[in-house]
Amino acid sequence: KTDDELEMTTVCHRPEALEQLESQTNFCKQELQILYRGFKNECPSGIVNEETFKHIYAQFFPHGDASMYAHYLFNAFDTTNNGSIKFKDFVMGLSILLRGTLREKLEWTFHLYDINRDGYINREEMTEIVKAIYDMMGKYTHPAMKGDVPQQHVDAFFQKMDKNKDGVVTLEEFVIACQEDEIMMKSMQLFENVM
Amino acid sequence: MAAGVATWLPFARAAAVGWLPLAKKTMPKPPVDNSSRSDEILYVNVSGVRFQTWKNTLDRYPDTLLGSSEKEFFYNDDTQEYFFDRDPEMFRHILNFYRTGKLHYPRHECIQAFDEELAFYGIVPEIIGDCCMEEYRDRKKENQERLAEDTEANEAMDAPLPPHSTPRERLWRAFENPHTSTMALVFYYVTGFFIAVSVIANVVETVPCRPPKGSVKDLPCGEKYQLAFFCMDTACVLIFTFEYLMRLFAAPSRCKFMRSVMSVIDVVAIMPYYIGLVMPENEDVSGAFVTLRVFRVFRIFKFSRHSQGLRILGYTLKSCASELGFLLFSLTMAIIIFATVMFYAEKGTKGSTFTSIPASFWYTIVTMTTLGYGDMVPNTIAGKIFGSICSLSGVLVIALPVPVIVSNFSRIYHQNQRADKMRAQQKVRLARIRMAKKGTTNAFLQYKEDRALGVRRVRTHDGHNGDITFTQRTSFIHYYYLVCRITCENLYFVFKDGMKLQPIPNDQNITSHVRAAMRLANSTVSVSRGSVQELDTLHGKGPPGPPQTRSSLNAQINLKLNCGEQDFSAAIISIPTPPANTPDESLPPSPAAIPGGILRNTRATAYTPDAVKISSL
Repeated sequence: KTDDELEMTTVCHRPEALEQLESQTNFCKQELQILYRGFKNECPSGIVNEETFKHIYAQFFPHGDASMYAHYLFNAFDTTNNGSIKFKDFVMGLSILLRGTLREKLEWTFHLYDINRDGYINREEMTEIVKAIYDMMGKYTHPAMKGDVPQQHVDAFFQKMDKNKDGVVTLEEFVIACQEDEIMMKSMQLFENVM
Repeated sequence: MAAGVATWLPFARAAAVGWLPLAKKTMPKPPVDNSSRSDEILYVNVSGVRFQTWKNTLDRYPDTLLGSSEKEFFYNDDTQEYFFDRDPEMFRHILNFYRTGKLHYPRHECIQAFDEELAFYGIVPEIIGDCCMEEYRDRKKENQERLAEDTEANEAMDAPLPPHSTPRERLWRAFENPHTSTMALVFYYVTGFFIAVSVIANVVETVPCRPPKGSVKDLPCGEKYQLAFFCMDTACVLIFTFEYLMRLFAAPSRCKFMRSVMSVIDVVAIMPYYIGLVMPENEDVSGAFVTLRVFRVFRIFKFSRHSQGLRILGYTLKSCASELGFLLFSLTMAIIIFATVMFYAEKGTKGSTFTSIPASFWYTIVTMTTLGYGDMVPNTIAGKIFGSICSLSGVLVIALPVPVIVSNFSRIYHQNQRADKMRAQQKVRLARIRMAKKGTTNAFLQYKEDRALGVRRVRTHDGHNGDITFTQRTSFIHYYYLVCRITCENLYFVFKDGMKLQPIPNDQNITSHVRAAMRLANSTVSVSRGSVQELDTLHGKGPPGPPQTRSSLNAQINLKLNCGEQDFSAAIISIPTPPANTPDESLPPSPAAIPGGILRNTRATAYTPDAVKISSL
């Protein structure tokens, strides 16, 4: 096992050239430089694996157990599905979330919720996500996480999103429902261009 | 890690987007990071070696010098860089700490130098990484131990007696350090002699002497010359008792003394004699009395007061207690195992000497230590096989803890040697240091005075064409101080020799007055050593009554300065004599320290003429 670890660290991934990344994302050169310097400092091998990801999230949310949410996030960032996030994945994901259009953000969020990538969000997936978020918040959630509070939360969500009441939420339903939700729109705007 | 949080923060913020569809209320505004994202490179010049780093790197640890605004004090506007007059080699490690988050300890550096650098840059040593922490701790402990030993050796051994010591303290000191007085030395050798006499007597009295007339059997000398030996024994015991009582009387803490090893040995050495005196001439009791005489051999341990090597040995054994314990334990285990095995192996043989397991213990011990007396020998093949295994394992088990004990002894022995050497060289070293320091400080002061006043050399009143004397120097110091004070207050001078009170208004040229006063002061001071002139000044109006005593004048030292008021100051200027030979701290504070502060020479309390006290309101 240690040999594998050794191999992991000696294999070094280099991102594509700066100009290419600049064209593919919504960041300017300086921002990409800053992002990469921090990234390379933390992960000299050039890739982030799931363990590191969970560790990073645990630092930000020490009160609760962020591992499940980190897992789903990891899968959302890891577009190539090879178990590791390279700088390109990282920066593309950030680009969408921080500088993308509303539609792109909503699509990304949809993909986050759609755990099995079948194009639909069903109740189980939603429950998983909600539970993961509650776990991450730990004891300090309001309302406090009791038995069926997540379930109620999921029900409320489905009530809002599932227009044709077929038990699953498709991308279109999701986007439309979100755009109608004023609270969410306001919050989205707050996250505009935050780095 | 601060670096990690900084890097991943945008990512965490971004991921918060995932919660938004689930939120029932609006999210609060995220805190805006107003600091410009465009990072800048800082230049840090450490004794000529230029380091460059991002500002963010240094900002990661805001509670250190480089991370806080404290570094602005070191900013050099002309060169647009931060200049530190410190060791560039060490700075490398400090900067690496900011970059990587881990502080490493360079093994080839002095631990104290490293600690000082850390203290300067505001970094706590606790954050040294695990890779270097152990080494750091070991070195630090070793250094502290060595310093503690040295200071202990310095003050313990030939420290001068405190001036008012009771006879009891002097006696104790005489006992502990025989080199301090002749009487103590004499006593030391006498006790040594008597210990030797006593031990030799104990040995000789068992040697068989020629039997007296009429008897065939050889008699031990002790019984032939019973009276002689008894008298010798009595004399020795008397001396030992006297010594013990003296020590008990002189000891600063009697309980502690009575519990110490040496006192126990003393008691054990003299007890058998007294018990023998009080014991009746009973047959069965005298058997016990005979065994008690064995304890007389403990007198030989009294030699450890006289021999340092013995003490080292004892100390080594004490410090290796755990290794010795381990040795004993493992030996016991092995003995029991092998004794059992040998017993059962030899059980069948007729006439076997292995009669029981405890009887086999003797065989096992003798075999394991490779003594092999041959009084117990296995006869069966199994017994012989196990016997050989026993002797081989004995060699191994005993050989294991021995190097530890040896290395301990070596370490302690070398420490002692070093301490002795240091003590021997101490006096010479101290004298040399004193000379060197006095030379450099005098030269430095002279340099400062010359530069400040533009004066190269001063002729004293009696035409000495020489360096500025000590008294002249201090008067320059006064001069600085007074000029400083005078710029914001009035100053009244009265000289004891009869000059009258001269009020100095603000608009006059004050400094000339002061200079005149100073010259007067200097001229009345005799340059020769040993004379102290004291120039008192009196109050004019103002604060209550003219205090004449030094103490009350001193009491005014703590009063605050009031600039521009009509208050005036009383100044006691006593020109000190250059002290004969005092250690380095006797020199007056440098001129740079004076302006703006009340001159306080705390060390002056030790020798009164040395005071350069100026009190001012």
